[in-house]
Amino acid sequence: MSLLRVRDLTVAFGRRPPVVRGISFDVEPGQRVGLIGESGCGKTVTSLAVMGLLPDNARISGSIRLGDVEVVGSSDRAMSELRGDELTMIFQEPMTALDPTMRCGRQVAEVLRLHSTAAPGAARERVLVMLGEVGFADPERIANSFPHELSGGQRQRVVTAMALINSPDLVICDEPTTALDVTVQATVLKLLDRVLASQNAACLFISHDLAVVSELCSDVLVMLDGEIVERGTASGIFTDAQHPYTKGLVATSRLDLVEPGSRLPLVEDFYAGAER
Amino acid sequence: MTADKEMFAAVGLTRVFGRGAGRVLALEGVDLTVRRGERLGVVGESGSGKSTLIRLLAALDTPTAGSVSFEGQPVTGRPERELGFLRRRVQIVFQDPRASLDPRMKVRRIITEPLRSPMIRAELGDLDPDARVRELMEAVGLDYADADRYPHEFSGGQRQRIAIARALAPKPHVLIADEPVSALDVSVRAQVLNLLDDLVDRFGLTMIFVSHDLRVVRHVCSRAIVMRQGRIVESAPTASLFSDPQTDYTRALLAAIPAFRGA
Repeated sequence: MSLLRVRDLTVAFGRRPPVVRGISFDVEPGQRVGLIGESGCGKTVTSLAVMGLLPDNARISGSIRLGDVEVVGSSDRAMSELRGDELTMIFQEPMTALDPTMRCGRQVAEVLRLHSTAAPGAARERVLVMLGEVGFADPERIANSFPHELSGGQRQRVVTAMALINSPDLVICDEPTTALDVTVQATVLKLLDRVLASQNAACLFISHDLAVVSELCSDVLVMLDGEIVERGTASGIFTDAQHPYTKGLVATSRLDLVEPGSRLPLVEDFYAGAER
Repeated sequence: MTADKEMFAAVGLTRVFGRGAGRVLALEGVDLTVRRGERLGVVGESGSGKSTLIRLLAALDTPTAGSVSFEGQPVTGRPERELGFLRRRVQIVFQDPRASLDPRMKVRRIITEPLRSPMIRAELGDLDPDARVRELMEAVGLDYADADRYPHEFSGGQRQRIAIARALAPKPHVLIADEPVSALDVSVRAQVLNLLDDLVDRFGLTMIFVSHDLRVVRHVCSRAIVMRQGRIVESAPTASLFSDPQTDYTRALLAAIPAFRGA
């Protein structure tokens, strides 16, 4: 049985036309799926719908099943039992995901305490182990630091520790490395790869950058204007895209294939005369 | 004028922020020459001193030590009222057009704002603003019919085009682009890079292109400097920077570029 099963999901805000239009996809246990598309295509709205975090004015239809729980129409209370436990999320900007007034160790421990009955002493122990797992050589010092005392990459690792400490079944990553420097991005991606593998967690990875998705995901969904226009294995999409939009996306990300100084291919080039 | 003429010459540029325990050495003894018509890439991570360097070149900040000259004239130590030549001839495009365009101004006013500066008018004489707006909007691929709209009515890529049009308004010699495509989607990135490429050729500009993304710099620039902790650690033609990096740091930056798996 699929871990996540989305069917005919449509999301609209207020009276405006829907921003997600009848999409369906599955994520199997341990599978890593990349969801790519440009700003405004509906990828973040999709992830928030799965998390049950859409604002009140969102009108949702269709079905999102996580294991045997139906997310659409679930109460906030039922969802908060899932969130942080079976289902977690890593956001783009780690500074806004962390509480600036709380030491990092306590923030990670809070996730643990909310979902288990571990004694406070034991919680601290597990937090330090988890901080070690996300690559900190000195977990003690990090646990005692406030978020502003850490660099962007360190903060994103703390957020990763929070997202993974309860051994979730599914981690949703929304552009987790977009705000980071390239070298830090490489470190965080390697780390995510390792921790997801060690916990056998599935992942829905949202990005506009195909190269980043290709580093982490086995499968890819391509989203355009609220619809999934192409799906397949990562290598299949990169070598043999079918939809003109996907072809364009692949071409625009392959800066390494273009002769320096020459004209870069555009997405429009792949739509033969027709408007998309 | 020879092709090799120096646009910028910086000698021993140093910038220190704060004092005591909070003292930060943002830039340390940087020597740099930018030649006419060159496309120079400035590469480095956050905190490497890239932004401090371009702020000093554009005289938006004053060095703690060292000096900058532009087109053979000294810049450092001169009062603002004598910097009109630099203000017109050096223009900057910033990273995030959502932040660099005033949301309360119509596009027409944004683009002509540099032309209203008394310093720039003294340099350029009076231009017909409406004709200039039309010319510039067409040059950057925008529709002149949209001149009376506000920035929020445009997409991210279009807003960056507006910022580029504004930078070109006073007919600059040097365009400094500070991470101009980092806030844009990959699919929009190609459009803006192609546009910059065309404009630099068409108007014979010198470009200083700041980026943390080596892939982009390789595509756009003929030469690049790699910065780390306020110093230039490597300076080379971009092709050899990629094929034969001389420092471990440059190699680390190259290794960090996301690679295509299965392609």
